[in-house]
Amino acid sequence: MIVDSSESSLKAFLKTLPAVDEVGVTSRAAMLATRSIKTSSKAWAIDTAISMVDLTTLEGADTPGKVRAICAKTVRPDATDLTVPSVGAVCVYNDMVATARAALDSIGGEAIPVAAVATAFPSGRASFAVKAQDTMDAINAGAAEIDMVIDRGAFLSGRYGEVFEEILKIKEICGDKAHLKVILETGELVTLDNVRKASYLAMLAGADFIKTSTGKVTPAATAPVVLVMLEAVRDYYNATKVRIGVKPAGGIRNTKDAIKQLVLVNEVAGSEWLDPALFRIGASALLNDLLLQRMKLRDGYYASPSYVTLD
Amino acid sequence: MSLFEYAPALESTAIVNIADKYNLFINGKFVAPKSRKYFPTINPATGKQLSMIAEAGAADVDLAVTAARNAYVKVWSKMPAAERGKYLFRIARILQERAREFAVLETLDNGKPIRESRDTDIPLVAAHFFYHAGWADKLDHAGLGSTPKPHGVVGQIIPWNFPMLMLAWKVAPALATGNTVVLKPAETTSLTALLFAEVCQQAGLPDGVVNIVTGAGATGAAIVNHPGIDKVAFTGSTDVGKLIATSIAGTKKSATLELGGKAANIVFDDAAIDEAVEGIVNGIFFNQGHVCCAGSRLLVQENIHDEVLEKLKVRMSHLRLGNPLDKNTDIGAINSEAQLAKIKELSAAGDAEGAERWSPPCEVPTDGFWFAPTIFTGVSQTHRIAREEIFGPVLSILTFRTPQEAIEKANNTPYGLSAGVWSEKGSKILWTASKLRAGVVWANTFNKFDPASPFGGYKESGWGREGGRHGLSAYLKASN
Repeated sequence: MIVDSSESSLKAFLKTLPAVDEVGVTSRAAMLATRSIKTSSKAWAIDTAISMVDLTTLEGADTPGKVRAICAKTVRPDATDLTVPSVGAVCVYNDMVATARAALDSIGGEAIPVAAVATAFPSGRASFAVKAQDTMDAINAGAAEIDMVIDRGAFLSGRYGEVFEEILKIKEICGDKAHLKVILETGELVTLDNVRKASYLAMLAGADFIKTSTGKVTPAATAPVVLVMLEAVRDYYNATKVRIGVKPAGGIRNTKDAIKQLVLVNEVAGSEWLDPALFRIGASALLNDLLLQRMKLRDGYYASPSYVTLD
Repeated sequence: MSLFEYAPALESTAIVNIADKYNLFINGKFVAPKSRKYFPTINPATGKQLSMIAEAGAADVDLAVTAARNAYVKVWSKMPAAERGKYLFRIARILQERAREFAVLETLDNGKPIRESRDTDIPLVAAHFFYHAGWADKLDHAGLGSTPKPHGVVGQIIPWNFPMLMLAWKVAPALATGNTVVLKPAETTSLTALLFAEVCQQAGLPDGVVNIVTGAGATGAAIVNHPGIDKVAFTGSTDVGKLIATSIAGTKKSATLELGGKAANIVFDDAAIDEAVEGIVNGIFFNQGHVCCAGSRLLVQENIHDEVLEKLKVRMSHLRLGNPLDKNTDIGAINSEAQLAKIKELSAAGDAEGAERWSPPCEVPTDGFWFAPTIFTGVSQTHRIAREEIFGPVLSILTFRTPQEAIEKANNTPYGLSAGVWSEKGSKILWTASKLRAGVVWANTFNKFDPASPFGGYKESGWGREGGRHGLSAYLKASN
């Protein structure tokens, strides 16, 4: 794919992308939602989903105590069953990165990365200098993954070059120190054509992951949106032999939803993406439901929610 | 091998109760055939016998026609239209209540995936009864004059590809318009029609309004040729349709015929490609391609042929062929040995004529009748696989250069049942649709059905329309 960051070259490229038919995508997603995942495949899916969770706390009320608590859960989601895998990462605001890193390191979670939201998350409305500093702060504090937001205002007004440049520069800051996830905030882009265009902008500018949402806007990771993003990474791989990851975030609250996401991955992008290196789920409440369903498969009955920890 | 294998997720068959043998449903009762003959019906996914079905002879058909005539004269034609509508509403509700039972039985007897019988066939069956129930007392608004009249006794012969749905397409409008019915299901798929007979009893439908006589071609001929039949409605092959048309020529009988097809699915280079690929798959692999309106000829613009083909192959490699009762199955069994032989014969002709065959790697069960989803590339209009209806999961791929050429190729067939157009350009869709000589044209979708939408063909694809306001005219004589 030959593009430079000039506005005209990007516009010309994005115009070559085939359109998305919303009705068709929605019905394909609805069909895939009927897949019935039982017994051994359900057990596999639950453990895989757990290992893909980016356990997230992104609240104004976050404190070191709260962050340490979710770090403990990240390393050992179920204290009563050590066969439960660790989750993919812990995701926090940049001022909490150091706390999270220290907490993880102190309890045997050295291998678990800390992801930081950056670039004036969630709105992205700040000068680039602020966004760059935000990113550098997070990396300096030990973040190994940066979840940046794109400038939706620039995108919606057709200034694709600006969106592209910004991602490019943040990627430079990340260098080899941090993986870059680019949040499209699909709930604000609204159309699936925009989702496809923004996915390509992010991939061309160097994203390691494309991510649906901040979690602060509804709708978030709907199945049609995730399906279009999975098609984008599949087609991008076919063109470049580079695999970009996908991270749905927001609105995935229970095991059924998570398994539906895995079915989408399996049948749209392909099973190579069924790997925490290429697929993550941004969530908080989801983890406990995955744990409850795991207990149900193991024990044959539903445990009381009191048996999973609230952190 | 995928990392994510889906464990078997079988729909339970406990909900259906299949008897050892089934009699004919005449005058509200199940009666043994005067012919004393029974024939087996099998599960095409296993080849195992499910039950024995009565074979109605001419004497049995005569009894059924007499029962239908009596019911018409004494009860059904005298009943206020609103009351007729109530029976249809009642049948529709019972079908919804027993939807799972019908879906499982349909899958067992026909071989189609439970996902389709559960999510498409049976919901549409109920929808057809609800839709026509609403028409029963509003026929003077159907555009057929102030007091349109029913024909009387209607003989209906339906195919095996959508056994219950075709029954609904036939029975619901016939009853709503005040006709009584003698219906023959296809010999390989009688079971759901016989379960429907139970629903008629459950709904308290007056005796003789619906009669179901099972059997093969000879039974069908006995219905068509019976002098007591006022109108024939047939869905099936064009060959049999021609026979029917010949045999009713010069009689008082009228007919609606819904016959074969070789639909063109036209993909322009400005289409939404991923969704077009989805539509191609749905167009030809839905119901194993046992669909008269299947998009069996893909006409793809030559400049996107390779891209579409590559995506189609990837998509096809995700199709799941296997036990139709598994909720994750996409492609079920071929309905019969005879049909499988026909599919194999035409596919071999494709090979022999130089088209290139491709199927995704997939395990095909050893018992029962199966055919892997297949595409042929390099097909031209002169190939048999581009002209003859295969009625199986086999797609012929042709290319075109300009919209004009697409239309020429699409219309260059004796059939004219359906067509598909894929483009993001509205004006091109409208231009194409207006030039296509096909009864149904889908734009950016395929195989979408609705009781309010008329369905039927041009040319050798049939006479008349079913569904919608147009479909009512098939069962009514217009008044002034």
